[in-house]
Amino acid sequence: MITITDVHKQFNTLHVLKGISLSVEKGKVVVIIGPSGSGKTTLLRCLNALEIPTSGSVQIGDVKLDFSKKVERTSIPKLRKQTGMVFQNYNLFPHMTAVENVMEGPVTVKKVDKEKARAKAAALLSKVGLGDKLDHYPAQLSGGQQQRVGIARALAMDPQVMLFDEPTSALDPELVGEVLKVMKELAQEGMTMIVVTHEMGFAREVADEVIFMDQGFIVERDTPSNLFAQPREERTRQFLQHLK
Amino acid sequence: MVPSQKYQRNGLVQMSLSSFFENPERLNRWMDIAQSSFLPLLKGALLYSLTIAIASFFIGLIIAVLTALARLSGIKPLIAIARVYVSIIRGTPLLVQLFIIFYGLPSIGLMIDPIPSAIIGFSLSVGAYSSEVVRAAILSIHKGQWEAAYSVGMTYWQALRRVVLPQAARVSIPPLSNSFISLVKDTSLASVVLVPEMFRKAQEVVAATYEPLLVYVEAALIYWMICFVLSIIQDRIENKLDRYV
Repeated sequence: MITITDVHKQFNTLHVLKGISLSVEKGKVVVIIGPSGSGKTTLLRCLNALEIPTSGSVQIGDVKLDFSKKVERTSIPKLRKQTGMVFQNYNLFPHMTAVENVMEGPVTVKKVDKEKARAKAAALLSKVGLGDKLDHYPAQLSGGQQQRVGIARALAMDPQVMLFDEPTSALDPELVGEVLKVMKELAQEGMTMIVVTHEMGFAREVADEVIFMDQGFIVERDTPSNLFAQPREERTRQFLQHLK
Repeated sequence: MVPSQKYQRNGLVQMSLSSFFENPERLNRWMDIAQSSFLPLLKGALLYSLTIAIASFFIGLIIAVLTALARLSGIKPLIAIARVYVSIIRGTPLLVQLFIIFYGLPSIGLMIDPIPSAIIGFSLSVGAYSSEVVRAAILSIHKGQWEAAYSVGMTYWQALRRVVLPQAARVSIPPLSNSFISLVKDTSLASVVLVPEMFRKAQEVVAATYEPLLVYVEAALIYWMICFVLSIIQDRIENKLDRYV
């Protein structure tokens, strides 16, 4: 489903990703953990070309981009259509209501008929528990509700993979649960997910695999039970101790 | 006293303010002129001043958005063209620009009628000044909005049209309304390129009646009235756009 091969990312002199290779099968949930500056968010953003890797290739479904060569501009939206992204700060469109946020992608990008798109958007919002907030503007919603609209907006494009960039980090503690619940349901439905998070409980419970990153490398990848209970690498052990 | 100085300078009969108000004939004459000139002036204002302002403003806004996008494009030749354009228009008086367009260009065979000349001049001016407003407004939109638009597969133009410009428009409405109100007043400069707008009408009335104070104050009041209505409309629009912030 997803294959990343030897991805490097450099910002001027700063080498953020130092050759990441990774493959994820369909229906798997992969959680990426690591200290800040480890490159985990950059890796996620390379998957939908919000960051353009300096070299290496990214393949999602049947769209493959090799960044070592010159990438055609038109192929980047193709890659992005395979992925749905959920942002730390939600990034909802503030001038549109909840339902308009969700139908915007299908209507503008896929040219779906407006009424059809609205019906689908309403169904997705009901699914994330916001069936009664369709006509609310983002400013009228709590952080947890906004993030659930963000998830619905990403799902509306029927992505092959859902990418979550610290989806609960900006939320008040009592609102984290409602977002994690929606993410768990998605995982149970068989959605392929890559999640950057600090929620170790979620990783333990939902992830098929946990990846620990540090200083631009994948240090260790394993099932959550193995990685949390008996990490093989010293660096992983140190990081996990800090969390406790 | 200003009136008496004025009359001395013209070599006419000296007259103090108090004697002016005691002279019923003069007052009646003023009332007559004010009445008979009001409708022609208003017509000049609505038919020409306001229409030229609206047309120039919309053309100018399109130029402003394109100029702002050129400045933000990161493409060096485009940035240079945009910079030179803004620099020339901002660095030269509007009056001189209008003279060049209307009186200058015919020498190279380019004859442009008064109204199109005025609209070209004003549009270029609005385009240059407003491009800075639009550029700042686009830059004020958080990067995350672009990324969210891209993440659902939008292209640059789709993201701009559907996500960024609607939000930038909200930010730029207060400064752009001010530019529009200034523009309505600047249309009085079109009188020098023979557009029959309100100020030119006023000059014609003065030429016929020799009552400059009365007629020019009347013209000023009509400008004020129009701008007053415009500022009320501006408030309404701002309130309406505030709903989702």
